[in-house]
Amino acid sequence: MEDDAPVIYGLEFQARALTAQTAETDAIRFLVGTQSLKFENQIHIIDFDDENNIINKNVLLHHAGEIWDISASPADKGVLTTCYNKSECPRVLASISLSDNFYIFDFISSESRVLTCASVWRMPPEWESGSHESPDDSSNSPQTLELLCHLDNMAHGNVACVLWEPMGNGKRLISLADNHAVLWDLQESSTKATVRYSSATLEGKGQLKFTSGKWSPHHNCTQLATANDTVIRGWDLRSMSQIYCIENAHGQLVRDLDFNPNKQYYLASCGDDCKVKFWDVRNVNEPVKSLEEHSHWVWSVRYNHSHDQLLLTASSDSRVILSNMVSISSEPFGHLVDDDDLSDAEEGHQEEKSKEPLQDSIIATYEEHEDSVYAVEWSSADPWLFSSLSYDGRLVINRVPRALKYRILL
Amino acid sequence: MDADQGTAAPADADPAPKRRVHGMLKLYYGLNEEGKALGQAESLDPCDINGPHFDPELYLNKLRKECSLGELVDQEACMVKQIRSLDSDMQTLVYENYNKFISATDTIRKMKNDFKKMEDEMDCLSTNMAAITEFSARISGTLQDQHAQITKLSGVHTLLRKLQFLFELPARLNKCLELQAYGQAVSAHRRARCVLQQYSHMPSFRGIQDDCRAIMDQLAQQLRQKFRDGGSSAKDLSECVELLLQLDEPAEELCDKFLSHAQARLEADLQGLEAELSKTDILEFIDRGCNEFVSNLCLVIASYQELFINRLGKLHTFVNSLAARYFSLVERRIQEEKGVGDNSLLVRALDRFHRRLQAVSKLLPGSAVPSQGTEIVVQAARERIRQYLSALQTFYLDSLTDVRQALAAPRLTVGGAADLLSSLSTSILNQIKSVLASVHLFTAKDITFSNKPYFKGEFCSQGVRESLVVSFIKFVCQSSRQFCESAGDRGGSTPPALLLLLSRLCLDYETSTISYILTLTDEQFLVQHHTPVTAVTVLCAEAREAAQKLLNHYVKVQGLIISQMLRKSVETRDWVNTIEPRNVRAVMKRVVEDTTSIDVQVGLLYEEGVRKAHSSDSSKRTFSVYSSSRQQVRYAPSYTPSAPMDTNLLSNIHRLFSERIDIFSPVEFNKVSVLTGIIKISLKTFLECVRLRTFGRYGLQQIQVDCHYLQMYLWRFVSDENLVHFLLDEIVGSSAHRCLDPSPMEQSVIEVICERG
Repeated sequence: MEDDAPVIYGLEFQARALTAQTAETDAIRFLVGTQSLKFENQIHIIDFDDENNIINKNVLLHHAGEIWDISASPADKGVLTTCYNKSECPRVLASISLSDNFYIFDFISSESRVLTCASVWRMPPEWESGSHESPDDSSNSPQTLELLCHLDNMAHGNVACVLWEPMGNGKRLISLADNHAVLWDLQESSTKATVRYSSATLEGKGQLKFTSGKWSPHHNCTQLATANDTVIRGWDLRSMSQIYCIENAHGQLVRDLDFNPNKQYYLASCGDDCKVKFWDVRNVNEPVKSLEEHSHWVWSVRYNHSHDQLLLTASSDSRVILSNMVSISSEPFGHLVDDDDLSDAEEGHQEEKSKEPLQDSIIATYEEHEDSVYAVEWSSADPWLFSSLSYDGRLVINRVPRALKYRILL
Repeated sequence: MDADQGTAAPADADPAPKRRVHGMLKLYYGLNEEGKALGQAESLDPCDINGPHFDPELYLNKLRKECSLGELVDQEACMVKQIRSLDSDMQTLVYENYNKFISATDTIRKMKNDFKKMEDEMDCLSTNMAAITEFSARISGTLQDQHAQITKLSGVHTLLRKLQFLFELPARLNKCLELQAYGQAVSAHRRARCVLQQYSHMPSFRGIQDDCRAIMDQLAQQLRQKFRDGGSSAKDLSECVELLLQLDEPAEELCDKFLSHAQARLEADLQGLEAELSKTDILEFIDRGCNEFVSNLCLVIASYQELFINRLGKLHTFVNSLAARYFSLVERRIQEEKGVGDNSLLVRALDRFHRRLQAVSKLLPGSAVPSQGTEIVVQAARERIRQYLSALQTFYLDSLTDVRQALAAPRLTVGGAADLLSSLSTSILNQIKSVLASVHLFTAKDITFSNKPYFKGEFCSQGVRESLVVSFIKFVCQSSRQFCESAGDRGGSTPPALLLLLSRLCLDYETSTISYILTLTDEQFLVQHHTPVTAVTVLCAEAREAAQKLLNHYVKVQGLIISQMLRKSVETRDWVNTIEPRNVRAVMKRVVEDTTSIDVQVGLLYEEGVRKAHSSDSSKRTFSVYSSSRQQVRYAPSYTPSAPMDTNLLSNIHRLFSERIDIFSPVEFNKVSVLTGIIKISLKTFLECVRLRTFGRYGLQQIQVDCHYLQMYLWRFVSDENLVHFLLDEIVGSSAHRCLDPSPMEQSVIEVICERG
């Protein structure tokens, strides 16, 4: 049987932010945040109908500004956070275009600042029903997100990303802002956020900035891993102190990291040296493994939630690569598979790849994108499905090749 | 007739000789057929006056027929003259004959007289002889009796002398004992022993025998004592043992004792050697070992074999145990030989060592010692190859360090990199050659072990070719690859120029050096490949791979250096609140400068490479197209909020038709490809950084200016200038998207700013 063709969905705007709707376990649903400086930004809710291979979209307006990061609450389907740029400039500039030199002088003297903020939002409850009734003209009356609270960042600077407590009750958040990691508690109604403890602060020479982070699902959710420049650090959230530090984890900037969902000490990282590295945090001197498959910076790395040998990476070489890292997965020996059962189902190049004994390999390289791919996410509902988002606003939904899927399952 | 001919020859007038002379002349001038006919005519012609068939009548007739009167008269005169001379000759001869006859008659008469006298004397002699015979018979008759008596007396005398010897024997033995002339004593005793034994029933002889036995016991005692002392030389010892054997000492015991003594002495030698172990050079050491230990050992073996014929087993174990100790000493000494400077000393020492052991093998066939010795030599050779390999490796690394320092030197002269490369590769090659020459000593004709099967086969192919040359080449590739891997991440530890240089080195290796070195080795060592060896192509592939990796890494490192500059410049600036651009930013100038210097650097080592054709004034022309298209098509939609999709349209269409650009991709071995790679990496970084920022109006304009500047200078370095255009398009396009107030700068203004510098 041939693998299903990828499903492609185009957004009108450029976009970087992509997340699966974590709390939704039935429908395959992704959230995409757009980046536009000139127009109203949107959050696209992409519903994928697996049986009919159809995409349903809903658009919510995000007035606050262009979205750099988006993440969905693990407990409440309707709640999400965004990191967005806030700037008053467009209004001022609009007046300039009509004015003379005097006003230009005025503009220059006025302090215009681009600040990245983070907020918790609730989707309007009616979006679902509304969209289903009139899917065609949903864009005519786009609904607006309802603001629950700001994660007030005045003291901490630009927010790089917001992390939900994995598998938590949706009440705890961490925001990474410049060189601070701040732990927030949401009130019952989620309308107010308070700083729980004193925050962790990165100290060192120069201006240190967190670029990304990940909340570990292990150890009772008491650990956090962050990346700044070429360093990966682990933090204990109870004391907000550093527990490990991987110096020079990558040759250049570390772009993203992810925890192995099944092996508590293992994490994967990716960066501008085109490499993906796997670490055992108990031994930070050497990576357990290192891959160099991409031909440009790797922006995102994601473990499959259930089968941790499957790994997705997205890169600015416009490719998404799905790798099968059997040797360092929690099921290192895989399952015994009778090749004869599979041979009928295998087609083309897939055949050769899946016939090999289980060993680390690239399963597939997806080349549907034509611009840099900044985000890739597994679906939270279907472990064999994932989507990737490139800068030009193209969202591609792909599946793990069937042959491999059966091989893992059977 | 002979004499006649001799006299006739000078007569010129005679026609026959004349003809003959004429014939000889003809013969001289090579007229053969005529000469032959002449020769026959000479014998048969009846007209030849000297010939045997001469017929006077015929001759006369002929003369008369042929000659004129004058001639006949001449002929006649001549003939008369000849006849006259012949007559006088005949007279002389007859006279001489007569004279001789007369003298012969006189002689015969004289002899007759002499013979008569002699006959008388002979008669007298025969009577005298008869008298003598008679006298002699009478004398021998009278002497008969006395002769018998004398014979008897002399027999008695001999017996008496023997007896006297026997009686004197004890005294003589004692004297010998005093003088320590043991040999004499033993031989004397031996002579007397059986006689004494035979007549021992007579009391007087028994006394003598007892005395002798006592003395001989004493002597044996002394001999044993001497033997036990052990101070004496091997020769003395063997003499001693020989005497004892003659005295019927038990051979087994003697043999053991002999060996233990020999062992003591040889061990002393070994200890002496051990003391020398680290003091002298190896040749001296081996010399000493050979001269003292081995020669003593040979002596012992020789004398043992003389003395004890049937006990070779003991000797073997004895020799083996001692040789093992000697070998362990030699091995220790060889191991200390670490310096690789002069191999000839070691080879000579090993040769001597091996040669001397051959003596042992001759003396003691079937001994394991020589083969063990050969094994040691083989081991030493192997070890030597290992040392040479590590020396080569050290040399290589050292020269890399030198190169690194030279590269780090403040100012490289023009062509410095190429010079460095050539000096590096020649110095490595020379080193390899000198090592090969040193190793070659092992197989020299005059070295005894060079004809051993190991040195003929395995040493050449597995040892020199594989373990030394091939291993070294592999090491070069390996270490080059390590530069890419270990130092790779930060890029700082290895200077990029070194990467470039090594890459070229590996490439040179691939194209020529490897096959040259291997051919050289094969020729020098006449390698016969019994075992499979690494093929040249495999090594070449490895070298090429290393070269490729190094060059890729070079591109990456250089690209990163420029990328970092660009990234810093984008990240640290506040693009929203920047002022109107008046200049190209300094960092862009720096980028162009660095690219130019990289271009020079690469150009020294790599060929230009192929680039796609471009117009003479590429920078201007293409830039105007690209900027105008942007202004009209790309920017226009920004002011009309109705159609946001159009913004991306052009760039998407562009992408659709342009090939995907692999940023960190393998490059080819030429300058253009390398530069293209570096520029690709830099511009892609620029693009990604721009996308992460937000721009104000002047921020965008600054980017426009910068990109135009890059456009003006970078196209010339790359293989396909469209690539640069495309990436710069993307940058300006992306920054326009990221701009809060996208109002681009006038193209003419940009150009003015850029040209101003």
